[in-house]
Order: sequence, then C-alpha cells, then structure tokens
Amino acid sequence: MLDVEKIRLDFPILTKEIFGNPLVYLDNAATSQKPRQVIDALIDYYENFNANVHRGVHTLSVEATDRFEDAREKVSSFINCESSDSVIWTRNASESLNLVAYSWGEHNIGEGDEILLTPMEHHSNLVPWQELARRKNAVIKFIPMLENGTLDMDQVDDLITEKTALVSAVHMSNALGTINPVRELAEKAHRSGAKILVDGAQSVPHMPTNVQELNCDFLVFSGHKMLGPTGIGALYVEKEILESMEPFLTGGEMVLEVSYQKASWADLPMRFEAGTPNIADSIGLGSAVDYLNGLGMENVREHEKDLTAYALYRFRKADLEGLDLFGPDDPNIRGGVFSFNTPDVHPHDLGTFLDRMGIAVRTGHHCAMPLVRSLGVAATTRASFYLYNTEKEVDILVDAVTEALRYFRDGPN
Amino acid sequence: MYDLEDLYQEIVMDHNRRPRNFGELSDPTNSADGFNPICGDQIALQLFIEDGIVSDVAFNGVGCAISKSSASMMTEELKGKTLEHAEQLFEAFRKMITRTPGEPYDSNLLGDLEILQGVSQYPARIKCATLAWHTLHSAIQDGNEVVSTE
Repeated sequence: MLDVEKIRLDFPILTKEIFGNPLVYLDNAATSQKPRQVIDALIDYYENFNANVHRGVHTLSVEATDRFEDAREKVSSFINCESSDSVIWTRNASESLNLVAYSWGEHNIGEGDEILLTPMEHHSNLVPWQELARRKNAVIKFIPMLENGTLDMDQVDDLITEKTALVSAVHMSNALGTINPVRELAEKAHRSGAKILVDGAQSVPHMPTNVQELNCDFLVFSGHKMLGPTGIGALYVEKEILESMEPFLTGGEMVLEVSYQKASWADLPMRFEAGTPNIADSIGLGSAVDYLNGLGMENVREHEKDLTAYALYRFRKADLEGLDLFGPDDPNIRGGVFSFNTPDVHPHDLGTFLDRMGIAVRTGHHCAMPLVRSLGVAATTRASFYLYNTEKEVDILVDAVTEALRYFRDGPN
Repeated sequence: MYDLEDLYQEIVMDHNRRPRNFGELSDPTNSADGFNPICGDQIALQLFIEDGIVSDVAFNGVGCAISKSSASMMTEELKGKTLEHAEQLFEAFRKMITRTPGEPYDSNLLGDLEILQGVSQYPARIKCATLAWHTLHSAIQDGNEVVSTE
C-alpha cells in the first residue's frame, strides 16, 4: 500500500492552485510531476559535480562520470538487464525508436519483409517504421483490435510468418490504457525468427518491468513520464543484437581511434552515444528510479489498479448521458488511462471547463491519430493517473465532467 | 461561476447548438478546407462569389463550441460583403483574438463578432476561433490546399 498523502508532500507542484482551486493533475500519460528528490539531484549535480564525463583526469570529471554511470546502473537494474552495457541513453522513447529503425532496421529489414504493429501505437512507434518501410519497400501489418480495446491475439499466429522481421508493440496504450500481452507476442515472434520491440513509455513508469522475463529484444522508454527530467530516455537492446548494430550518430565520445581518414567505434554502450551526453538529466532519472524503488513498483501498480477500478465504478455510477469510455473494463489489463468522448461537448470545451476547476487533462488525439479516428471520433478527453493521485481526485473529476455536461446543455447558473 | 462566461457567452452557445449556414452549397465558386491537427477540428468552407461580393456561404465539419460558433458567426457576417471587406474582417478579427490585454481592436468594423473577444484570454483556444477565418482567407485566395493551424 502506498501512503499517498505522504508521497504528495514530496511533490512541490501539487500544492499549486489553478484559478483558486487545488491542482488536480491528471495528465500523467503526457508527463509526470517531479518529486523534490529528483529536483534536488539536478541542483546537487550542477552545484557540486558539474563536469564533462569520461575523458577528464581531474577530480570533478571523475565524480561526474561515476554519478553518470551509476545512473545507468540504476536504470539497468530497474528493468532487470543482465548488463548495463545494454542500456543506451537517448533523449526520449522517440529517439530510442529512431535509433532502432536506423541502426538495426536499416540493415535487417529488406524488400518484402514485414513489420507487425498494433493499431494502438503512438505515432513514435508508427512513423519511423512507415519511413523505414518506404525506404526499403517493406510491408507494415497490424494486429486487429477487438471492440473492447484489446488485441485480437487469435490472429497473431497467422500474421507472424517467415517474412516478419519485427514485431513492435506498445506495452500500455497511452490512449486506451490497454496493457498488451507483450510476453506472448515475444514468444510468438521468436518462434518464427522475428525480433520484438516493446514500447514501454507508458508501462515502465507504472508497473514492474523485467526485460529478461518479457524476453524482448528492444525496450524503449522515457524519463519524464516516470518522475524524471525531460530530455532523457533510454533504449535497452539485447546484448548480442546491440553488438551487431551500426552506430546511429557519429562523432565525439563514440569512437575508439580516429585518423584523418577513418574511425573505429568505442565499446558498448558508448558506441551509441555520440557527443556530450545529457549528464544532469541522466543523474536525475537515476534519482527518480531510486524514488520508485523506494515505493516498490508492485505497490505503484496496485495503487493505480485500485484507482482504475474506482474510476471505472464512478464513471459507470454517474451514468452520464452519451459518455463513451474507451478501453478495457478489466483493471487487470488496464492502466490508469481514461479516454472518453462526450458527443454533446467537444473535448476542447470540456478541457477548458475542467481547467477552470483546477483539473489538468489532455484533449485531442494523444499522438495516436489513426487509433482515435478508428474510434469514430476526432478527439477524446483523457485523464491519466499516477502514484500521487487519489480517489478524492477521481471524485472531483467525475463530478466536474457531470457539471460540464450540464453547463453546455443548460448554460451557466 | 468562474469566468467561463467570458468565453462561452450565450450567443456563442446558441451558435454552437444551432450553427447557421451549416451544410453545403450546390455550386460554389470558391472553397477551402481547414484542419487543426492539435484537436482534430475540421471545416469545409464554400463560397459563392458574384461580382466580387459573397452572395452565399456555407460550412461543414466538426469542432468545439468556439470553432463552430466562430465559423457560424463568420458566415452570417459575410453574406453580401465585398471580398475586400471580408479580408478586412479577417485582419481585424485576427488582431482582436491575438491581442495582448488592453490592446485596442476595431469593434466598429467587427460588430457582432466582438462577442468572441474573450478568446484572447485563452491562448490554448485562439486557433479554435481563427480556423474558419484562415480557411476563408484561403478560399478567397482560391488556394485549394488544406489550411492547417500548425
């Protein structure tokens, strides 16, 4: 069990008021808030350890390098990697995906090869593959989705063939909250010789992640959605595959020896980290990992599962006219993401109304345009929870949505 | 309750519920489509222009209360106006919506469209209000490209 009231004290921003109302922050699928510990780690780095890493012989550089590599170790253990050499720092999940598309995809996916995706991918796990497919004349296929927002797993065996080079799937949908059976997908992909990539941008912050148990070849995620700073993300690649991959960006830091004519590459993981890395934010992410470990990811998941069950119950009980709630009904296969449509009130109007009550939600297509269109709407309103959200905040949300529907039907009074 | 009424005035809500000139023209001389990729709002605008005068206008699409009422009010305002006047309205409207607090705007020229001046206090909603007007500008210029707010 999480002591949420105590946890909330760690997050300075949660005491903020918006238009005179306490902030109810429900836009966690976009980015999470940061605890004092992470903010302090950034200040501590800049005040006490700021230096460039890896090449310096001076004390500060050694200390900065230690802290930088220590953060990599923390992230590596957090997802249970065999070795931290398999963890590459990137800016975010999008950069991680582009790295895989260029450094692995470019050399391992050819004409007529197939890339299998789900219909609920974020644009970041769709567009890089569309571009690769265009360059290589490869083919993109999709696992069909059932009415309840889950994948039609019965069709997967027919869709994965000897032509399939890669299965790339989101672990938790940012638009529906659906938790996909990626371990089963990994098993099926490997059985026919394909690789599997898991987009963990929404899952790694919210549930325990074990790359060995998932048996995935690639895992991508972002730091800012898991209490860390913006501008830092990570890519895990299975070691043997990573060793076979060509560099993504070239230049400083990623080389072993350079002449005027050519260069040879540094060892892993630096081979994939050209230029001065994002030292401060890596250390910040390491601190976020410490914070999450202190709470226990099992407990985080349990708390959010309870909140999800409660929100499902409250939305059903409110019985709001015409309200369409997307995604699975079962909290066991759903994260704390609530996308809904109110036919008589446009998401933008609802978002503005909720904002005036201090409630931060996202409105739009959530960077999953084809998915949201397939739901038959142009946009949805999305509330997404994290470890500091409470049942009381769910009440505030449902009551405010109820009031908004009344306001736009009957006008103010 | 709150100051939402600055944004959602009764006239705005009325245009949202019962948009005017909503539909299609049978034989438009000019048309353009507008799209706001951030929220998915879409508008298809059609004009019938005779001797430099907007003699008929219609719009279709999906959008929030602000974008729909803005489009609806725009169509009411345009009928019988010269293209030159329409472009002046476009400029004046854009200036009113994007102004900084306290900055004046041409309320004489804008007339009823002034109802939407409160949008200027909601930076996230400015594009909702201006989508129809950018689409109008494109239709008059006879660009048949889709106008995007981004």
